Amino acid sequence: MPINLDQYVSVHATALEVRARRGELIANNLANADTPGYRARDIDFRQAMARASGDPASSVSLSTTQPGHIGAANSADASTNPDLKFRTPLAPALDGNTVDAQIEQAAFAENAVRYQATLTFLNSKFRGLLTAILGS
Amino acid sequence: MSSFKAFDIAGSGMAAQSVRLNTTASNLANADSVSGDPATVYKARYPIFQAVKAMLASQGTGEQGGPAVKVTGIYESTAPASARYEPGNPLADAKGYVYAPAVNVVEEMVNMISASRSYQNNVEVMNTSKDLLLATLRLGQG
Repeated sequence: MPINLDQYVSVHATALEVRARRGELIANNLANADTPGYRARDIDFRQAMARASGDPASSVSLSTTQPGHIGAANSADASTNPDLKFRTPLAPALDGNTVDAQIEQAAFAENAVRYQATLTFLNSKFRGLLTAILGS
Repeated sequence: MSSFKAFDIAGSGMAAQSVRLNTTASNLANADSVSGDPATVYKARYPIFQAVKAMLASQGTGEQGGPAVKVTGIYESTAPASARYEPGNPLADAKGYVYAPAVNVVEEMVNMISASRSYQNNVEVMNTSKDLLLATLRLGQG
């Protein structure tokens, strides 16, 4: 029986992608920690994961029938992109900034560790394949 | 490539914070630069930060990213200079007053600490992103 490599690594490959995206978002939050009016955003991981792996039930998308239309999934705006959520601030600053550096740092660290865990999973998958191929 | 966006973001954050550190240094260095004319006295400078919205449309749209935060300008404080009566000062005007810039040293120190902490945050983000990216490059090698 031939092995479908895509299927073999599928969950982890998608997870890696979503983790990388979440890392970018949190990096963005940290870079804007002092920007007046900036609102911190994060990804709903479960939802993003379901959408990225093509679960039709979870994907809400706008169809683009005209060249001028903007696809919702590609939007950086949290109000139209279903994956992006604004973080609920504990203590928003007077200038409208809702970035809490400590929360973002913790989220970034957590995301980095989980990214590495996914990498480890992928690595062991490949090692397993290699063992099967080489037979040793 | 999308994985390198984290570097752009953290880099833009570092650039913005170093502009802020620069203005703070300038304000602190000139806190005591008096002048005989209230119009020519040094004015405190502050950067204006702005989030770049076109960022992070990462799903498939490719290279429309840019720096995530940018300094749109530097404004000069309009706070009035404080007059000090120093008739012995060679810079004093006809009535014996010199004018000191409206720089609040304590405020500037707080600004400096805040900027350096934010800068460190961005450095950490960059380091972690680099480690993760290198680990990804080594994927499948053991």
